Amino acid sequence: MSALPTTRRILTQLWHDPRTIVLLVAVPSVLMILLRYVLNSEQRFSAVAPALLGIFPFTIMFLLTSVTTLRERTTGTLERLMTLPIGKLDLILGYALAFGLLATLQVVVAAGISLTWLGLDIAGSVWVLLLVVVLDALLGTALGLFVSAFARTEFQAIQFLPVFVLPQFLLCGLFVPRGEMGWVLGAVSDVLPLSYAVDALTQVTRSAEIDGTLVRNIGIIAACAVLALLLGAATLRRRTP
Amino acid sequence: MSGPGRKEDAVDEPAIVVDGLRVRRGGEEVLRDIGFTVRRGTVTGLLGPNGCGKSTLMRSIVGVQLVESGRVDVLGRPAGHPGLRRRIGYATQDPAIYADLTVTEALRYFAAVLGTPPPDVDRVITQTGLASSARVLVGRLSGGQRGRANLAVALLGTPELLVLDEPTVGSDPELRDELWKLFHDLAATGVTLLISSHVMDEAARCDDLLLLHRGKLLARGTPEALRARTGAPDLEQAFLRLIRGRSEATR
Repeated sequence: MSALPTTRRILTQLWHDPRTIVLLVAVPSVLMILLRYVLNSEQRFSAVAPALLGIFPFTIMFLLTSVTTLRERTTGTLERLMTLPIGKLDLILGYALAFGLLATLQVVVAAGISLTWLGLDIAGSVWVLLLVVVLDALLGTALGLFVSAFARTEFQAIQFLPVFVLPQFLLCGLFVPRGEMGWVLGAVSDVLPLSYAVDALTQVTRSAEIDGTLVRNIGIIAACAVLALLLGAATLRRRTP
Repeated sequence: MSGPGRKEDAVDEPAIVVDGLRVRRGGEEVLRDIGFTVRRGTVTGLLGPNGCGKSTLMRSIVGVQLVESGRVDVLGRPAGHPGLRRRIGYATQDPAIYADLTVTEALRYFAAVLGTPPPDVDRVITQTGLASSARVLVGRLSGGQRGRANLAVALLGTPELLVLDEPTVGSDPELRDELWKLFHDLAATGVTLLISSHVMDEAARCDDLLLLHRGKLLARGTPEALRARTGAPDLEQAFLRLIRGRSEATR
């Protein structure tokens, strides 16, 4: 597959930057530990932890990817690649694969710590939980790739975090159940992908059953990630002004 | 790498044909009705003061510049044609190379994208005199070394046309001399080179010169012809006379 050289290159770049790797792997876990002791009860922790296990990697991967991709644009390496025989989708998939691997590592560590040390108790399957959380991180990666096309500077790219991520955070059902929102907010919540992630994670927490709704929600997250990747590839231009 | 078919069309067909090229950037006309041809296997110098449109012209030839009108044909195909991506080596003025990779790692990546075998990486490292810093992070190289790493990427895969924007900037005189020998060696094997520069002693080493001034092609010809035409003792004077002549004409 022609995406693999890009994946290898990005992982090599990160290899030269151990501090980023440590932050990447440790931050969600540290946040989960913090959450556990702030709430000071295993029961309350178990109620919100799955949703946050999805949200933290989503946010971190969004930020990391948007800044890295933007750097590719601003340092001229993207223009150079666009003169070479590399497909736009191959480049984007190379990115998605590299960051997807990192996201998986991050999620496995955070979920592992939550399920063992922090006493997270879920009714459903651990594997389904991991699947949803990894998909969330991939969605963050894909969205980060996409929105970096609209940022001119790294400063702007960071500003996109409150614009694209925080509203999803507020409307995803973590603070107020989605069913209790007014129709306007409910409708907005319905079109935001993170809502389906939190729905799926809540369901995995409460029930062992894998029903149509759960499968549909997982499908929606995956479809949104794929859509964002395709849109990200569409923003790449071989010719620029 | 060029097959027998390519060698044949190399004889009669120019490497670059530009005709009536106009480019607008941010509402301003950066290139105004440019036209010229570049013969295969030659070293053509693109000269002119900063901001005269050299880089935009190079971008148009490589096919990454949105152009308003005009024709740009490269190696017998319209500029930007997917089939040209393996046949053109392009180096921008600002090094476009990953600062957080070593020279070898960065080159290996671009080689993999081009689909050229790994020994090619060692070849271009040697050609650009980077053997001693092959394992150094690009971000830690000196300005001149980084420029050479940038050039090394363009040399990967033995392209038929090299478009190099100020490739020797920041290099010391000895190294500059070596690079120019390399350019002529490449031209001797049939490679066409278009090299921008604002150093006049480099201009003297080109087979052909294009002088760009405020988006217009002011003059073209061999260094000797341009000196003879202006009656100037050296190229620097020749260009000054051409530029002054034009400013007076437009006044």
